[in-house]
Amino acid sequence: MPDGRRPWTLTARGARRRALAALVALFALPRRALAQPIMNPAPGVDARTINTPQGALQSILKGAAMRRGRVRLELPSAAENGHSVPMLVRVDSPMSETDYVRRIDLVSEKNPVPLMASFFLGSHMGRAEVESRVRLNGTQRVTALAQLSDGSFWFDAADIVVNESACLDGG
Amino acid sequence: MADPMRIRANMTGDKVEVKVLMAHEMETGLRKDASGNAIPAHFIRNVTVTHGGKTVLSAQWGTSVSRNPFLHFRFKGGKPGEKVTITWLDNRGEKRTDEAVIAGG
Repeated sequence: MPDGRRPWTLTARGARRRALAALVALFALPRRALAQPIMNPAPGVDARTINTPQGALQSILKGAAMRRGRVRLELPSAAENGHSVPMLVRVDSPMSETDYVRRIDLVSEKNPVPLMASFFLGSHMGRAEVESRVRLNGTQRVTALAQLSDGSFWFDAADIVVNESACLDGG
Repeated sequence: MADPMRIRANMTGDKVEVKVLMAHEMETGLRKDASGNAIPAHFIRNVTVTHGGKTVLSAQWGTSVSRNPFLHFRFKGGKPGEKVTITWLDNRGEKRTDEAVIAGG
């Protein structure tokens, strides 16, 4: 491989490539910006006040990397309306005293407040799984981010077509 | 005072399966009423689930959670007859706590 390539293109094969493409698309950052240090919100800033999906993710990651895998986000592929969409997040974890899921965050690409919900778990949770119902402001990609007890971050993303968006009227 | 939550807590194997339905409008703050005035946001911010004095699960929510929020999860260490307590706190400082007895074995 020529040296001129950017490092992340060297490993761009198969699943890895798709994961990276998803990551890059997710952040939608110009390549130049990727090389720059990531700005963290000031301490005490409520992530729920951050109005970009990238900002919401970074407020949780605080510069750490996230990898695709171990997390499964289940959303229907299409919803008639976005008022109440069933959502389930499951993380592959033994949920033991020493190896458990610390938190799960849901980030929306299009909702006015991108950080939709955060769940704080512990080893006492029998299963690293939460289910709820959410609003979605239109067709978009939703990201579920999980932090494990070792500090590592894992994610899954799901695309959903929403015919009638929430937030405009009704519920 | 908001309506009580509907909580079901059942033993499934060695875990307690909990299903909660909270009565809350979860108003986004983006809607307008018939005369065009914005309806102020009103939503649950924090949810805490405790069992035996320990927090089992907590959550921070925003307006992306649907009206009358639903929550489903499992935890271990519970036994039939013991209580599960759930508290929510909304952005107006209103609070509601309800509990359920774990059923079945």
